[in-house]
Amino acid sequence: MAAAQPELGSPGRQALRMFLRNRAAVFGSMLLSGIVLMTLFGSFFYDQDPTRIIARPLQGPGEDGAPAFGTDYLGRDVLAGVVNGGSTSLTVALVAVFLVVVIGVTIGALAGYYGGWIDTLLMRFTEVFQVLPALLFAMVIVALFEPSTRTVAIAIGLASWPGTARLTRAEFLRLKNLEFVKAARAIGASDFRIIWRVIFPNALPPLIVSITLIMGAAILFESGLAFLGLSDPNAQSWGQMIGLNRQTFLNGWWTVTFPGLAIFSTVLSFSLIGDGLQDAFNPKLRGR
Amino acid sequence: MKQIAARIAWSVGLILAVIVMCFSLVHLAPGDAALVIAGDSGAGDPELIEEIREDLGLDDPYLIQLSRYVGDVASGDLGTSYRFNESVTSLIGDRIWPTILLVTTALLFAIVIGVLVGIFTARRPESPVSHGVTVFSLVGYSMPVFWTGYLLIIAFASNVRWFPVAGMRDVRFEGNRFEEWLDIAHHLVLPALTLGLIYLAQYSRLSRASMLEVLQSDYVRTARAKGLAERKVVYKHALRNAVIPVITIAGLQFGALLSGALLVETVFNWPGLGRLAADSVFQRDAPVLLGVLICSAALVVVINILTDVVYRMIDPRIRVGGGS
Repeated sequence: MAAAQPELGSPGRQALRMFLRNRAAVFGSMLLSGIVLMTLFGSFFYDQDPTRIIARPLQGPGEDGAPAFGTDYLGRDVLAGVVNGGSTSLTVALVAVFLVVVIGVTIGALAGYYGGWIDTLLMRFTEVFQVLPALLFAMVIVALFEPSTRTVAIAIGLASWPGTARLTRAEFLRLKNLEFVKAARAIGASDFRIIWRVIFPNALPPLIVSITLIMGAAILFESGLAFLGLSDPNAQSWGQMIGLNRQTFLNGWWTVTFPGLAIFSTVLSFSLIGDGLQDAFNPKLRGR
Repeated sequence: MKQIAARIAWSVGLILAVIVMCFSLVHLAPGDAALVIAGDSGAGDPELIEEIREDLGLDDPYLIQLSRYVGDVASGDLGTSYRFNESVTSLIGDRIWPTILLVTTALLFAIVIGVLVGIFTARRPESPVSHGVTVFSLVGYSMPVFWTGYLLIIAFASNVRWFPVAGMRDVRFEGNRFEEWLDIAHHLVLPALTLGLIYLAQYSRLSRASMLEVLQSDYVRTARAKGLAERKVVYKHALRNAVIPVITIAGLQFGALLSGALLVETVFNWPGLGRLAADSVFQRDAPVLLGVLICSAALVVVINILTDVVYRMIDPRIRVGGGS
């Protein structure tokens, strides 16, 4: 990989410098760090049980005796929910994206590298997944199996990989006939080695950008499922909070606004980072 | 024409593959359909369970059940809902039009306004509005659509009561056909806006980028050199080409749009397919879920073909050159 080269002018270093000069991308990174820190350590600083009823229901922020973000329809602390709700979303998104990368990159790499009937077969297979509306598909999987955190992550992964497969395939098609690949083949490298050690590292920049964006999409996806009630009922998450307060939100805007703001900030941070990486890897496209 | 015919043939195969995959998924899932149908009261009655199993052929081998299902779907029969005890085909037939209405309105809104914003900002690339589009596209993309819906309800249906909070019609409604349409349109504004905003954000940015590129191309320079009015250059020569990527992306994103509609329908109690699916999830009403999945996939396939046709109409190079 390019970043492993030590000298200052290496493409990896240049990309990093570009990224750090992009104010929006740096802001996104800081925002994301803040959210991850809040999720990991927030409960030490705001030591409230998000599942416990602590006050009258639907008390607004600033009302007498109400916590900072008010209370929900049962009288639970909304701020405690926001602080603790991120861990489910982030875990699910990480596992789902891992699946997306494993399935999508493998299928895309094999299809792009070998071409011919393997390509046709794998891409037709991909198309079957691509015409199914992802959220609906994942919803049906979760409903038919069980609403556990694990099923949700698997369902999101299964519904989201086609884009990554297509992108990887396109990169492999572009790269496989270039000189350095021919050189590797000429010295007798195996197919396996050419795919993973020669072509794959060079396909990484667009993949990293896309994976960052998929991370954000997976967070939105998880929150959508949780909003519909398709999540582990015992694992509190931001989407679930909004879903549970659905009937009463007109009497308490804070019950949906703050958890939504948390989802929004997390996804926004990934979008900003992805955008920054895109510019850093591909300076010609800046500002588009 | 030949390519379109080949695509249609492949699409039929594609939908068949979707049916097989989804059916197998339901088949693999744990739980006994007979127990679901018998409900709480009937679950203790082994004779009733046996009768239901017999009726539905649940004891037949997987391949027999699969081929029976495929045959039924081919003849337009998607089975019977466990919950409503009603034909799934007619349930979906009732619910598909509100979804199509919602989705097309949102999409048209996003494409038309998005392209107009794109043109406007491409001609002034350094203006604040142009930078605003970049910010707006990131923000719009990052907002969970159900949250946008609630914020719009709080702003425009609760604080100021310009629009109804939920539903597709006013229950107290009385009036003629035209007034009925107006009533539906009034209910449609917020859901369509909610769904459309995400795509508006993306399409403005996309059409600005493609417009910027097109405006620098040789044929636009030629058109200008001929002395054509700037309006004519932009709206006649450049627009056509700038619209192509938007149409392509809009076609590709149709599945995502249906996913979004599922959430929007839940927020606004819009009586569409998504709402039907979301309601059937907790009853584990497999025939309905399967039917909605297959119909949505078919809808996506049809839209993809239509996109292809539109694309060929806009871009004669693909039509004449034979394309890919």
